[in-house]
Amino acid sequence: MKIQQISLFLENKPGHLSAICRTLANAKINIVTLSLADTQQFGIVRLIVEDWQRAQKMLEAAGYVVNVREVVAVTVADRPGGMAELLDIVCTADVNIEYMYAFTFHHGQESVLVFRFDNPDKAIAALKAAGRDVLDAVSLFSRHVE
Amino acid sequence: MNTKPIVENRVWQPEFECMPRKELEALQVKRLREAVQRAQKVPFYQQRFAETKITPESIQSLDDIRRLPFTLKADFRDNYPLGFLAIPRSEVSRYQGTSGTTGKPTWTAYSKADVAHWADLCARFLVSGGLRSDHTVQISFGFGLFTGGFGLHNGIQRVGAAIIPISSGNSERQLMTMQDMRPEILICTPSYALKLMDTIIGGSVDRTSIALEHAHFGGEPWTEDMRTRIEDGLKIRCWNNYGMAECGGPGISGECAYRNGMHIQEDHYIFEVVDPDTLEPLPDGERGELVVTPLCREAFPVLRYRTRDIGYIYNDGFCPCGRTTRRMSRILGRTDDMLIIRGVNVFPSQIETALMRVDAVAPHYMIEVSRPAALDEVTVHIEMNPGMFSDSMREMQSIRASIAQAIASITGLHMHINLVQPNTLERFEGKSRRVKDLRNLGC
Repeated sequence: MKIQQISLFLENKPGHLSAICRTLANAKINIVTLSLADTQQFGIVRLIVEDWQRAQKMLEAAGYVVNVREVVAVTVADRPGGMAELLDIVCTADVNIEYMYAFTFHHGQESVLVFRFDNPDKAIAALKAAGRDVLDAVSLFSRHVE
Repeated sequence: MNTKPIVENRVWQPEFECMPRKELEALQVKRLREAVQRAQKVPFYQQRFAETKITPESIQSLDDIRRLPFTLKADFRDNYPLGFLAIPRSEVSRYQGTSGTTGKPTWTAYSKADVAHWADLCARFLVSGGLRSDHTVQISFGFGLFTGGFGLHNGIQRVGAAIIPISSGNSERQLMTMQDMRPEILICTPSYALKLMDTIIGGSVDRTSIALEHAHFGGEPWTEDMRTRIEDGLKIRCWNNYGMAECGGPGISGECAYRNGMHIQEDHYIFEVVDPDTLEPLPDGERGELVVTPLCREAFPVLRYRTRDIGYIYNDGFCPCGRTTRRMSRILGRTDDMLIIRGVNVFPSQIETALMRVDAVAPHYMIEVSRPAALDEVTVHIEMNPGMFSDSMREMQSIRASIAQAIASITGLHMHINLVQPNTLERFEGKSRRVKDLRNLGC
């Protein structure tokens, strides 16, 4: 039920992010979603792509420091309170969120939240027990194609 | 050669400083023999003396010094902490230290007589640079292991002047003290004086509220340009002196009222200038590595210490001040990669030690030194590697903080940490050069 996320170290300088996107574009790898955590000096780029093994290889060959982490993707209703309800489940299960980001595939659809939890298995169990839609790689990327 | 004194020409110990040359050289030979005798108590020298059949009696002339072994900074590390100690610990009066090349300091020790000699040696250059017993002196050197603080303190006490041991840092408090306590003499690093000067001539402090007449600088190399700037800016006289902890601290040489270079205290030190590659002696006037042999130090005998400092000895005859001692130039550079940052000696190998503490594999790094305003700033650029990288920003910030902290605990300095992408720092062939010094020290 976990999704592989690729993270890269990035210096906070003009052109550095676009160079990463260019590397993936040249390899015909589509970025499903991307999030950026940054300080004044450096940043961490987190990417979700379908063929993460190939993306990792391409990026490492281009000289980047890359690591792969498991994250949890959950759908959430695109309406006021949708996210609050979901976070309540996580909170009740006493799981910490290290970071998270959200994206939508197409206008009007439900949103997908990507979480990095300190205890992903416990979070997944709690979310599933609450009837939430935790996405595995197959269902995440099949939605993307729809 | 300057033939007019800048201040009144005063000599603290004329019986030694102005000793007829022949007598001085005879004294040097006698004291060198005694120094070899003391060194016989140090295993490091015992071994070398045995190999080359050196005894105190075999020292017959000054040229015999060339038969003695050199001592390197690394020899102190290999004999850490007190392998060079030649007296019982119960007879040690003082320990001081300086940066080692890795995580540990280089220690030095003083007997009671060593401390007394040291006070006189510092008194010599202080007095020739304007210090009188009725003066008040603000010491803005750090009081700690650094030989500058307590060394100058001893010298000033010996002269009988009043000391304000304010120590380093906190410019506002320094300036307030200067205005309220009205010291005539300031002791600090030249770059710190520049910083204070910027505040004073920037208008936030009224120059007439300050009584300063002289400053004695040490701890880092400086230039004639800096002297002119500070003297013109602050309307004071600035004086230069030289020394290093390994040979006993400040007081090895210093300027006289005529300012014709720094007089070497030759009754206490033998100076050689050698070619750093061949180690062959160079004639006076030629630039080379300074090699220093302290002659009177009882506690921590050191022979032919290779300072790694580059300078030369003047060959233009005697100075009109009346001293018979030879004079040396300013320090013009280093033969190794040691850096002096805000008066603190820093070796790139210390940065490497710090990085190894954070991650077992030391990443590629580059040390960049600049002086954006008056004070030195250091940025350590570090290439990210897979072992250090995390997708969590909190972990990344904590890695950065622990690198900064490891560096501070080893060097005592706060440095900026700049994480960069792999393979973006310059690589050098052969001896890896890790330092980019953007300060224009004119050396």
